[in-house]
Amino acid sequence: MSDKSTYDLVVIGGGPGGYVAAIRASQLGLKVAVVERENMGGVCLNWGCIPTKALLRAAEIYHLAATADQFGITIGQLSFDPEKVVKRSRDVAATLSAGINHLMKKNKITVYAATAQLREKSGEDWQITLDKGDPLRARKVILATGARARHLLGITPDGENIVTYRDAMTPKTMPKHLIIIGSGAIGMEFASFYADMGVNVTVVEAADRILPVEDHEISAMAEKAFMARGITIHKGAKLEQVNASKAPATGVKARVAIDGKTTELSADRLILAVGITANVENLGLEEAGVKLDRGHVVTDGFGQTNVKGIYAIGDMTGAPWLAHKASHEGVIAAEHIAGKSDGHTMKATDIPGCTYCRPQIASVGLTEKAALDAGYTLKIGRFPFRGNGKAIALGDDDGMVKTIFDQKTGELLGAHMIGPEVTELIQGYVVARQCEATEAELMQAVFPHPTLSEAMHESVLDAFDRVIHF
Amino acid sequence: MAIINMPALSPTMTEGKLARWLVKEGDTVSSGDVIAEIETDKALMEVEALDDGVMTSILVAEGTEGVAVGTAIAEILDEGEESALGGQPPVAAPKAKPEPAARPATEEQVVKQASPPMPKAMPMPEKDTAQPQAAQNGDKGDRIFASPLARRIAEQKGINLSHLKGTGPHGRIIKQDVENASPGMARTDTAKPRAMPADPSEQSTLIPVSTTRKVIASRLQQSMQDAPHFYLNMDIELDALLAARKAINSAQSDAAKVTINDLLIKCAAACLIKVPEVNSSWEGDYIRQWHHADIAVAVALEGGLVTPIVWQADQKSLTSVSGEVKALVQKAQEGRLKLEEFSGGSFTISNLGMFGISSFTAVINPPHGAILAIGAGREMPVVKDGAITTATMMTATLSCDHRVVDGAVGAKWMAEFKTIVENPMLALI
Repeated sequence: MSDKSTYDLVVIGGGPGGYVAAIRASQLGLKVAVVERENMGGVCLNWGCIPTKALLRAAEIYHLAATADQFGITIGQLSFDPEKVVKRSRDVAATLSAGINHLMKKNKITVYAATAQLREKSGEDWQITLDKGDPLRARKVILATGARARHLLGITPDGENIVTYRDAMTPKTMPKHLIIIGSGAIGMEFASFYADMGVNVTVVEAADRILPVEDHEISAMAEKAFMARGITIHKGAKLEQVNASKAPATGVKARVAIDGKTTELSADRLILAVGITANVENLGLEEAGVKLDRGHVVTDGFGQTNVKGIYAIGDMTGAPWLAHKASHEGVIAAEHIAGKSDGHTMKATDIPGCTYCRPQIASVGLTEKAALDAGYTLKIGRFPFRGNGKAIALGDDDGMVKTIFDQKTGELLGAHMIGPEVTELIQGYVVARQCEATEAELMQAVFPHPTLSEAMHESVLDAFDRVIHF
Repeated sequence: MAIINMPALSPTMTEGKLARWLVKEGDTVSSGDVIAEIETDKALMEVEALDDGVMTSILVAEGTEGVAVGTAIAEILDEGEESALGGQPPVAAPKAKPEPAARPATEEQVVKQASPPMPKAMPMPEKDTAQPQAAQNGDKGDRIFASPLARRIAEQKGINLSHLKGTGPHGRIIKQDVENASPGMARTDTAKPRAMPADPSEQSTLIPVSTTRKVIASRLQQSMQDAPHFYLNMDIELDALLAARKAINSAQSDAAKVTINDLLIKCAAACLIKVPEVNSSWEGDYIRQWHHADIAVAVALEGGLVTPIVWQADQKSLTSVSGEVKALVQKAQEGRLKLEEFSGGSFTISNLGMFGISSFTAVINPPHGAILAIGAGREMPVVKDGAITTATMMTATLSCDHRVVDGAVGAKWMAEFKTIVENPMLALI
């Protein structure tokens, strides 16, 4: 095998985990290749985080225009072109994907457009075969193949009446009535987008509340806000059957059991947003002896699998299924491979989660229930955005900031936010947690006025009965 | 102008004893002159002048113990230069050791203080003492980097942060470090004085504890508290090794003759490479496996012991290991060991065979994962092939930190060690 196709590191998968790992490894002097079967940037950039943000921006503008009157602005008849909305979203994704290719070149990373499979070891190296072109040889391998939408047994997406995220973000037409199965981040973002675009949306959630991973107070406030927007929500609802006719015009019928009573919901489209399945098939994992647990690759804090020289990062290694988790794991794995590791690993509770629906939701750390279950005595602060000058001026003062402290040590155990731009604000608490700030430093920090971030300060003050503006 | 501060001569040093001044006030000094000796963690270290000038003020009298790192100990000025010290009072020598040098300000100094000091508010730190000087949190020493949360938990638990090693960025002490700290690191300054029985002074002598002794005490106590020790014994026949030594030494000059201990170091080094799990350190979230056998050799000193290190013993020839050990032992006995010569390492060998000890268990020398205790070689009856014969036998005992080394792994290492000692030709492979 030629030297040309021999690498210090081959990354399988060019998503936010894989390409970031490749860049970091290249910075550390390794010879790196990435194998990507579709587009660089992965689901995140092409079919997830980014294009949905473009759609939600369109929805936000449409909503603002529709409510411009309250700002004293008169806009005539409003309308939108679904084709153009989707095209802009695709253009944004294409721009960024091209940007990743540029980053690969800049960092001297070879990209193979192919599907890869681990083969036998030859000496210290792994052999990786590609469906197109010559095999590669790698001293170390990072698996970063991500995940795909989970299907519910017996429900087959047809791309027309029953769809998953990919088709849901490229609608040719707007349905009149839409059913969304699952109220996690993906489900609620689509609910928010379609509702803003005038679609009659029904959300079906099996758990007893929407956004079940969030703090229960946030779930309750989100539910109230969504219902106020005319979205129908069925909680504790068990999906029994979905029937879709072949002809699109006749739509889809879903039989749902709610509190033991069976109801039939009908709509002209249904989005399945019930989580994801890791892409672990056809990679040669079984032959290589890589250990899986419930469909995910098992790794240690540095991303090492049980097989020497093989690392795995991102969605395929388990929850939370977030791009920034994958990227961070990619850096940790790359540094470990290059022998640069400072022993820094990642704790799941330090990974923030963001949902870009209206109102936005963001959180980091423990929920109130998780903190109580862990045995802490809590100090909890809450501050509503209607006590925040900037939020009122923006005309967007629905929501609150909730902070949870350990009474004994003053550790910020968790922060949970719902309201305007909270996805941009949460990093303040992320940094505070990483630096192990206590309530004292957060109280002493000067927050600029007038900003939404003042609500973060006030929430901390409130936890210790020192709130000023409420 | 140069203020000489108490230097930090090791990463863990927070204070030291100013053992001796080698210059007097008024002496002219040149850059590089040794001006003082400081007794630190483990050895006597020399302090050099970094500038040319006149030693104008000695601020800490010799014999003073517990001088915090960063404390100004002397001032060296250029001719005609003004003192920047202002009214900084000299630190008095301990009462127990009254000396004429425990001095009030000299006349010269009084005159200088009468004229207003230069508007330099703060003396500039020396090149090598770049640490911030003021301790915001402590009564002694330089600044401790710790997260706010770590500080608060330490305060609540009564843990002295200066005893902790941080695992955060740039060695910052974080919550996890404080939570993992053993109760042995708790502050003792709040402890109530113990009620004493009738005056014991007539029946006993109080021996002051040296800095070295304190460090040995705290490190070994910490090791016993933190590291779950277990012990593996192995009887090993020495005759082949004795024969090998004889053969080697017959070809060596007297100065270059090797000892059994040198041979045992080489044998242990080979085993540490073969069974690297033993060549490891416990570091909390992970185990650090060393690539080379950096073997520390316990050397007894008057009033203590020190463990200088033969670095990369696996890579070195027997004669260079032997030469290094000789040089290190001599330096240790003269108190001339440099910090890097006895800090770190991956494994320790302690040999009490010369005292006739048949076997013993040693306390692990942190951060190592194991220590090998060597007993005396003794001619003994042994049974071979059903017949009683004699052989020179030695008992080796491996103390293992169970967090790092499991029983079977330690046993595997001992088996390797026995094999190689009994077949020293294997060391050539």
